[in-house]
Amino acid sequence: MQHENPHFELWGLGFNPANILVLLVTAVIVFLIAFISTRNLKLKPTGMQNFMEWIMDFVKNIVNSNMDWKTGGRFHVLGITLIMFIFVANMLGLPFSVQVNGELWWKSPTADPTITMTLAVMILVLSNYYGVKLRGMNHYIGTFTKPMLFLFPLKIIEEFANTLTLGLRLYGNIYAGEILLGLLAGLGTSWHFMGFFAAAVPTLVWQGFSIFIGSIQAFIFVMLTMVYISHKVSEDH
Amino acid sequence: MFLDYLSLGEAAHVGVNWGDILVTLIVFIVLMLLLKKFAWGPLMGIMQQREEQVAGDLDAAEKSRQETKQLLEEQRSLLKEARVEAQAIVENAKKQADLQKEEIVSAARNEAVRLQESAKRDIETEKEKAIAAVREEVVSLSVLAASKVLNKEVSEEDNRSLIEETIAKAGENR
Repeated sequence: MQHENPHFELWGLGFNPANILVLLVTAVIVFLIAFISTRNLKLKPTGMQNFMEWIMDFVKNIVNSNMDWKTGGRFHVLGITLIMFIFVANMLGLPFSVQVNGELWWKSPTADPTITMTLAVMILVLSNYYGVKLRGMNHYIGTFTKPMLFLFPLKIIEEFANTLTLGLRLYGNIYAGEILLGLLAGLGTSWHFMGFFAAAVPTLVWQGFSIFIGSIQAFIFVMLTMVYISHKVSEDH
Repeated sequence: MFLDYLSLGEAAHVGVNWGDILVTLIVFIVLMLLLKKFAWGPLMGIMQQREEQVAGDLDAAEKSRQETKQLLEEQRSLLKEARVEAQAIVENAKKQADLQKEEIVSAARNEAVRLQESAKRDIETEKEKAIAAVREEVVSLSVLAASKVLNKEVSEEDNRSLIEETIAKAGENR
């Protein structure tokens, strides 16, 4: 059951080839789903086009619930890509995991804190960048000193806390789900055939629940992304 | 047991995998750009297009509805007008007919009266004529009879006045 991560170094940077693999797989799956379902676009949508349009409207509603569409429209593409990417990433680790020579090669990319924190920091950088770009430097600095100057340290802490929780919430949920799946799989292979019967039903239940968690986490990540961005770019914050 | 691997501190590589961060960023950003170009862009385009078409259709529907309403109103007023006109025509015709009837009746009455008068006059004239003729005949017969009786030529001119007088008297006694 113990596993290590595969590792190699290049140009002084550490790489985890398993992460690269699952990231690429996620990206390819997302791209194929989106690409195939948007071939043959019609004014009267059918089949997969309906599904894609539903996702677009879903994300559009998330954006609209946080800021007006004039400023929020530019984050629409980011939101759709994020929700699809994180959802597919969350699903990758559910059906199976693969270990080769004690090294874990197949899992959810979002079960790795490096990846989720990268996404979270990306959101932090984006929100601050757009805060300055759309509202100007004065307003941007103002968001740290209002309503009172002594809140300034708290505001700084808030930025880091937001980012940390954004990344680690996703990581924790998915990683915990995979650990439990790993435990159940371990149970299934021990105790001869009895273990299989003991583990089958809980595994089924937990996989179903993990699909739910994966969807909810993808939604929460995008929702919070839009909340943090709107804090920086909206008029009334 | 299968719980063993939960123990912490088994990570082989301490520190951050900066390479993973780089790969994550690159994969995500490239995916976003590709999707924007190949999927979201066209999809947003078609949704925008549909929105515009729906708005256009709604406008057109509203416009045609207004047009229909206007046409209906027009037709209704035309119908009303036509009805009023028809009423007037019928009324007129009735009046005309009444007038004509009066005219015809009075003309007929006049004609009848005229015919009656003329017939009366004719009858009178004929009567006069007949009486005169009878008188003449009686006179000449009387003269003839008298001359036969007297066997003597009575001059018609001498006795005419006398005879006529007699006949007139006879006529009155009748």
